Amino acid sequence: MTFSIPLDRKYSKSHEWALVDSNNALIGITDFAQDELGDIVFIELPSVGETLIKDQIFGLVESIKAVSDLYAPLSGTILDINPALETEPEQVNDDPYDLGWMLKIELKDPSELKTLLTANEYGDQTG
Amino acid sequence: MIPRLSPLTLFHEEMGAKFTTFGGWKMPIRFGSIIEEHNCVRTSVGKFDVSHMGQIFLDGTDAEYLTNKLVSNNVTRLKDNQAQYAMITDHRGVILDDTLVYRNSSDSFMFIPNAGHDEEMFLRWTHFRDEWDLDVTIKNSTSETAMFAIQGPTAVDSIEALSSDTISDLKRFTTTVTTIAGIPCTVSRTGYTGEDGFELLLHSSDAVTLWKALDFPSCGLGSRDTLRTEMGFLLSGQDFNHHKNPRNPFEAGVDFTVDLNQNFIGRDALLKLRSEELDFNFIGFSLLERSIPRPGSAILNEAGEQIGLVTSGTLSPTLNIPIGLGYVPPSYSSIGDSLQISIRNSLKPAMICSTPFINLQ
Repeated sequence: MTFSIPLDRKYSKSHEWALVDSNNALIGITDFAQDELGDIVFIELPSVGETLIKDQIFGLVESIKAVSDLYAPLSGTILDINPALETEPEQVNDDPYDLGWMLKIELKDPSELKTLLTANEYGDQTG
Repeated sequence: MIPRLSPLTLFHEEMGAKFTTFGGWKMPIRFGSIIEEHNCVRTSVGKFDVSHMGQIFLDGTDAEYLTNKLVSNNVTRLKDNQAQYAMITDHRGVILDDTLVYRNSSDSFMFIPNAGHDEEMFLRWTHFRDEWDLDVTIKNSTSETAMFAIQGPTAVDSIEALSSDTISDLKRFTTTVTTIAGIPCTVSRTGYTGEDGFELLLHSSDAVTLWKALDFPSCGLGSRDTLRTEMGFLLSGQDFNHHKNPRNPFEAGVDFTVDLNQNFIGRDALLKLRSEELDFNFIGFSLLERSIPRPGSAILNEAGEQIGLVTSGTLSPTLNIPIGLGYVPPSYSSIGDSLQISIRNSLKPAMICSTPFINLQ
């Protein structure tokens, strides 16, 4: 099975992605992660205005059979959350890189980006 | 410990299934989406590899006597080719396993222990046969037997089309022997999903051939679990477990499997319990917020006192609401009673529901 890994973003070892646009980033989980979880039925996310700290738990994803923590790939302040995921968490399965985005954050320390994996590096990890 | 393998495990791997270890067996948990597999069974037909279930054969003039001593129901009532649901209890009346007992002929029986219980039950039957010096040959055929469950509203028509004999007239809880797609099978009108359908027993060497010939969606243990949870059916090892969660048949709500006129191991303890009030009742509940109750979650009353434990829980794919099963004292177990379920240190409101959770056509 091959998984989609878009080249336009960076990845964490714990299977989150970050798509950076100047000082902001969208955050979600990867195609590999959604496939491992299976049908996602519930997502718990923090609120707008809360702070993310890199590598710390910021929420959880619940599938029929399992609960998984979500780890912040970057530090920052939450500007927006994807409102659709409250009623349609399956969007993370269907479209993990676009409609299934989870958070938009303002980066606290852009130098953290260097610690994330490129698409190729992430592909080597999951392949 | 190296897991036991179904005769189909390698084939499932090639098909891209995801696996779990259940009762010591490496089995497919899902082939694609659990929800889609679940919906297939509720609306049309799905096939399950349930080769992790045990098969123990009993032959001899004392086969009936021995089985009646070791299960809670009364196998004397079984006609040839009939099956019966029963509990296997210890001397305290605690459920060790639940099983289907089949009578093949007057002196020939088979029963189906759950995954990981076949060796234990083989030894239990053998131990008492030897202690009581009975005439029974006991054979554990689990390793050379494959078992498939074909379930759903179109299951009967789908199997009938492949059968060399008419099997659509087979009554619930009866069996016949025929060939399906040319493979010799024992066909049983039973299942664990609430839907109509069959369970097929066949030699493990024929498993891949027959599985390929059954041209409908493959379903894993994930959907088998959501389907049985919607029905409120017990899962051995989880909704009762004689080590971690000892339960008697009355608590577990399976009184109908207990024949107290029959002198089985556990009967005296259950006779005494019958005259007392139960400590717990097995109940179904739904959560009023979106989250999933998991086995081991605490059940609290409205005052916030812990009164019981969740033993099963999932999101019901049919109802799209979180449902669960568990044990609470009788004073809290009326339909409509309010409960709270502790999930990750937060209390979620819940309400007791009748089971099955769903109404089948």
